[in-house]
Amino acid sequence: MTDMAIQAAPQGASASATGPVARFLKATELDTRMLGMLGALVVIWIGFHLLSGGLFLTPRNLWNLSVQSASIAVMSTGMVLVIVTRNIDLSVGSLLGFIGMIVGVTQAQYLPELLGFGHPMIWVLALVVGIVVGAIVGGLQGYIIAFLGVPAFIVTLGGLLVWRGAAWWVTSGRTVAPMDPTFRLIGGGPEGAIGATWSWILGIILCLAIIAMLVSGRKQRRKFNFPLRPLWAEGFLGFVGCGLVLGAVAIANSYPWPRGIVRRYAEANNIAIPDGGLFIAHGIAIPVLVAIGVGIVMTFIATRTRFGRYVFAIGGNQEAAELAGINTRWVIMKIFILMGILTAIASAISTARLNAATNAQGTLDELLVIAAAVIGGTSLGGGVGTIAGAMIGAVLMQSLATGMILLGVDTPLQNIVVGLVLVVAVWLDTIYRKRVA
Amino acid sequence: MEKKTPLVEMKNISIAFGGIHAVEDASLDLHEGEVVALLGHNGAGKSTLIKILSGAYKRDNGKIFVNGEEAQINNPRDAKKYGIETIYQTLALADNVDATANLFLGRELMTPWGTLDDVAMESETRKVMARLNPRFQRFKEPVSRLSGGQRQSVAIARAIYFDARVLIMDEPTAALGPQETAQVSDLVRQLKKDGIGIFLISHDIHDVFDLADRVVVMKNGQVVGTAHTKDVTEDEVLGMIILGKCPPGAIPGPGAIQAAAA
Repeated sequence: MTDMAIQAAPQGASASATGPVARFLKATELDTRMLGMLGALVVIWIGFHLLSGGLFLTPRNLWNLSVQSASIAVMSTGMVLVIVTRNIDLSVGSLLGFIGMIVGVTQAQYLPELLGFGHPMIWVLALVVGIVVGAIVGGLQGYIIAFLGVPAFIVTLGGLLVWRGAAWWVTSGRTVAPMDPTFRLIGGGPEGAIGATWSWILGIILCLAIIAMLVSGRKQRRKFNFPLRPLWAEGFLGFVGCGLVLGAVAIANSYPWPRGIVRRYAEANNIAIPDGGLFIAHGIAIPVLVAIGVGIVMTFIATRTRFGRYVFAIGGNQEAAELAGINTRWVIMKIFILMGILTAIASAISTARLNAATNAQGTLDELLVIAAAVIGGTSLGGGVGTIAGAMIGAVLMQSLATGMILLGVDTPLQNIVVGLVLVVAVWLDTIYRKRVA
Repeated sequence: MEKKTPLVEMKNISIAFGGIHAVEDASLDLHEGEVVALLGHNGAGKSTLIKILSGAYKRDNGKIFVNGEEAQINNPRDAKKYGIETIYQTLALADNVDATANLFLGRELMTPWGTLDDVAMESETRKVMARLNPRFQRFKEPVSRLSGGQRQSVAIARAIYFDARVLIMDEPTAALGPQETAQVSDLVRQLKKDGIGIFLISHDIHDVFDLADRVVVMKNGQVVGTAHTKDVTEDEVLGMIILGKCPPGAIPGPGAIQAAAA
């Protein structure tokens, strides 16, 4: 019905204990793992907020956090499928750099020569070129892994070196800048956000979608006489879901544009600035919207399509999937194509945000992406993982990084902390699985 | 029965793995509503021969006929197209997904929008499981958490749900208790009545002698002989399995000891 990990939730454990917590979890069918991760996130946020003297839980910081998480979050959704089938992709960081260079050169050099500077189609074509390159590179690596039988670890370790080298080769190491003005909106910033009104509209649409999903799910279950959730649990899920969405919108809408940009905007549009200053809200950033859109599409692919079902089946037992008549090789190749496309999208976000393409871009991103997926509950043993979990994992990783920067922690110490957190998270996960199984 | 076209006929099948002849020149057939037991020691080539029929292995030589027509079976999907379903010794279940996902694996029901129709699939699973294992209720759990018998019923449900015409059961009772074994025997009789041809593979003759119409004995990758169960005794079949000695009631195959056949 729902996510794989929700099916893996310990319903057996709560069978004997009928405390209020257990009954609540059973009625709402919430995944305890996911709740645990959200709890950890809240603890980290409050901890940093207190330690930094109230700097962390501000609209400004949370808005920036959301933008900084977007690129890793996008890639982590694909890494879930890769790891679920017991593969790994170490090349995403380098590939991000390579695609960034290609996209940069395309829009800063080739397309202006071809179409003229500032042509409105430049950003679309550059994005399409990036996605095509991502799909081709992913497909190539996937083909070698699935059809030639070279382990994914080796193929993508090779890719890590190859694509980083290739990124250098595109311009012999020269940084490409600036990017097309429209393309830059993908990276966020004051212009790269949709403003207060549209944020509210989008938030309300999302809320309606949540309610519609709950209602249609209930209708389907009733049609086939399956056990229904109690009404209060449905109401609770709807209330919390809508509350989170609208709360996020409210936070994004309370982060105003910087004064300088407001002044320029007012001058350009002939608006008189009142005495108290003009309040123009950012609203939700475009890269965040892209990441949320990717998350929704990937969740749909993972849970509602044949391809997604096969990915999880292969992760559980590849031989069984093969005997059931699934073309497992082709499925695995498709996963890597998808990973390449997602890397291209992440590359566009990060290139647009930097307003430049450099050949060092995305260095070590592969480790952050893998860590996000694993912290988000994707099992390296295969067969288990959720898209939403990985995206929350990405936010958690970025929260750690941002928080430590706010506290003025040195970079080497930051790396040490992130490394330790990863190991501890996987250790806790191992304990959790043993207890559930 | 012998006069009719067999449901399945495998002729002169051979397969070798790295120079070792796992199956050599083996032939056998199966008719509608017939239970054929394929017997032999571990490593005699029974499972290999049957995996060729189910599409898991590609044969080096030989032909397969379904209803008298030559069949192209190169992978499991091909075999399923001919109505050949298999319950593997290992059950071949995807452990991390639930019973419904396993039952429909590779043949999912889809909604008009091209998405998985989980609700319809679960409803069908509940129906077929109610017939096979009425007490089964754990539809939402990954099959790794089910008991051996429950897992077995999921594997059986998967094989019979899609209107199988030929059912291959590889050591179907190896992991089961006496009560569950009796259940499987009842099921075999039921399916036989429905006109399904069944291959029972076992290394233990006692499991299958009463169920089978015919036995085919293999040794060292070759067929020792074929016999109607009414023409031979259990001891004689045991002699075929252990010594490769073909008794008078059986039709000798290429693997029979020549002296015994004379």
